[in-house]
Amino acid sequence: MSATQSPERTQIPVTVLTGYLGAGKTTLLNRILTENHGQKYAVIVNEFGEVGIDNDLLVESDEEIFEMNNGCICCTVRGDLIRTVQNLMKRRGAFDAIIVETTGVADPAPVAQTFFMDDDVRKASRLDAVVTVVDARHVLQRLADTSEAEDQIAFADVILINKTDLVSAEELANVEGRIRKINPYAVLHRSERCAVDLKTVLDRGAFDLDRILSLDPHFLEHGHHAHECGPECDHDHDHHHHHDHECGTDCDHDHDHHNHHHGHDHHHHEDPHSVKSISLVAGDLNPDMFFPWINQVTQVQGPNILRLKGILSFKDDPQRYVIQGVHMIVEGDHQRDWKEGEDRSSRLVFIGRDLNWDVLKQSFAACQAQ
Amino acid sequence: MPTVAPVEVGGYVVRAGFLNETPFFACGNGEVVLLGAAPRILTAHQGGILAAVPTSKADCLITSGDDGRIMKVGSEGELEQLAERPRKWIDLLAAGPSGSVAFASGRTAWVRLADGTEKEFAHERAVGGLAFAPKGMRLAVSRYDGATLWWPNTAGKPTELSWKGAHLEVCFSPDGKYLVTAMQENALHGWRLSDMQDMRMTGYPAKIKSWSWSAKGKYLATSGANSAILWPFFGKTGPMGQTPLQLGVRGDSLVTAVACHPAEDVVALGYADGMVLMARFEDNAEVLLRRPGKGPVSSLAWDNAGNRLVFGTEEAEAGVIALQD
Repeated sequence: MSATQSPERTQIPVTVLTGYLGAGKTTLLNRILTENHGQKYAVIVNEFGEVGIDNDLLVESDEEIFEMNNGCICCTVRGDLIRTVQNLMKRRGAFDAIIVETTGVADPAPVAQTFFMDDDVRKASRLDAVVTVVDARHVLQRLADTSEAEDQIAFADVILINKTDLVSAEELANVEGRIRKINPYAVLHRSERCAVDLKTVLDRGAFDLDRILSLDPHFLEHGHHAHECGPECDHDHDHHHHHDHECGTDCDHDHDHHNHHHGHDHHHHEDPHSVKSISLVAGDLNPDMFFPWINQVTQVQGPNILRLKGILSFKDDPQRYVIQGVHMIVEGDHQRDWKEGEDRSSRLVFIGRDLNWDVLKQSFAACQAQ
Repeated sequence: MPTVAPVEVGGYVVRAGFLNETPFFACGNGEVVLLGAAPRILTAHQGGILAAVPTSKADCLITSGDDGRIMKVGSEGELEQLAERPRKWIDLLAAGPSGSVAFASGRTAWVRLADGTEKEFAHERAVGGLAFAPKGMRLAVSRYDGATLWWPNTAGKPTELSWKGAHLEVCFSPDGKYLVTAMQENALHGWRLSDMQDMRMTGYPAKIKSWSWSAKGKYLATSGANSAILWPFFGKTGPMGQTPLQLGVRGDSLVTAVACHPAEDVVALGYADGMVLMARFEDNAEVLLRRPGKGPVSSLAWDNAGNRLVFGTEEAEAGVIALQD
């Protein structure tokens, strides 16, 4: 009997739409649903409210935060999304992509983590981009009042600065500067009433790290990177398959998937304007140094790391290694061969709060191969 | 020699089984295929079918969908709407005694009695699964942080069973002594109902999505590993401290569906690559029933006599396997 693997199946792209109440998410959603772009979207909304579209693939979903039973406070997923994505998969073929609209005050982390932590969701879908709509007129006030607005900007791959007609050029420059300070790696678009070319928002392949990292001002001199396929989502995520089945009364099970770690300190900064980003550059890395280091960094500083992304070059490895993470979840995989003439450097970006940048820089540099 | 008769279906097979002797296939595209004397394709739902379950007498099929409807499908193709919750996706169903049906969406479960009266059961967190007890009108609702046991016919207080985490599918053992849930983590949780003793059954590399009680309720067979994992439930302490049977071990594919034979100590297994085989408890002897296909086996069921097995996959493949010519 010869056994064959089940054939590879396409992962449905998912766009997560965030933004503070009144920023214009619903306007954008209605545009996506009415414009003639030849794509059919399944849409998961937090409230039917003003979505004025009769679409049988429109579903309301109540936020259900599931904590994972591993004692890690930031390992949360959205149970409602897992359920809805699984239900949608029964109608695979009826739609091309999924849009998840979150509430204005939702924490984007559990949404993003759902697409990394739940095996069924990972198999069925891939996070294409987190798109954050901000209201040019009110965003600075929101940033002063809340941490959610800052988190939403920090998590974004694409930021739509909406209602630009309601502010002066100077105010707009101010807003952009503030956003850039939080997240210099997101693509910014300006709009009035969310009138943007939808191609700039949807199907971005935002996990095409080349593009994200090429936006880093430090790397612009290396020229433009062409759009390429994103990292293959065949993530290598350190499953510890305990094949010794056992039944007991205790819950002392070692749930050590995805390199989650515990025992972190939780430093809460009083200043809400504390999200910053840093980009680290190095030459060839020694994997025996790098992996323990990144595990330790995410273990200790996970709650403060909102996102991390990187393209790494390991010594004597013909392939590029891509890595990404949310809080304590880190995953990486070989992506493709380095091309001839390509700049073989290791680039790593963190967006987070209260991170000790100098220590990160030095310890990352120490992971370089001798 | 077992023979496989392929059946053409229009979508993901949500549930395959038998209504009396008639094979049925409830599919993600909203259709139910009935293989009676004259094969029929019925459009039971406007959108997709999210859940389907035969009634306790196995004479009708209950389906629910993303059109918010709960439908009853007769073996001759009769369609009847039992209930509707506009704009809700009804993705959890259970068939109870005397024609009762339980269904759920989000945090709310409802029981519809045969006379059409409906009762609502609200929970603070997401409902993960529904199951009726084997005897009496008792409904188990698994939910976040545990399960709740309701007596739908009385106004009494429900019994709360607590265990941290998200509990998804739920079932009673056939003797009614145990309640078992499949969790968001790759584990089962169980309660011995006589004394609320907790049990955890762990060691799975994937979520447990399919389970089946063996004849006389001796074993609970489960998917979620590279073999079927069968936990012993005979004896006073059930599976506690016991090692489960592992049948149909493969190195390259996970078990995605299981169905125990109605009489013999034999289990049918479906794998992620579409292969179907059956394995005997006693000596792990295996018989290949279907070669790998396009996608994971999503549903498996035996007929009453245990002579025929129906299967369906996530990739719109289905068939009837006859053990004898």
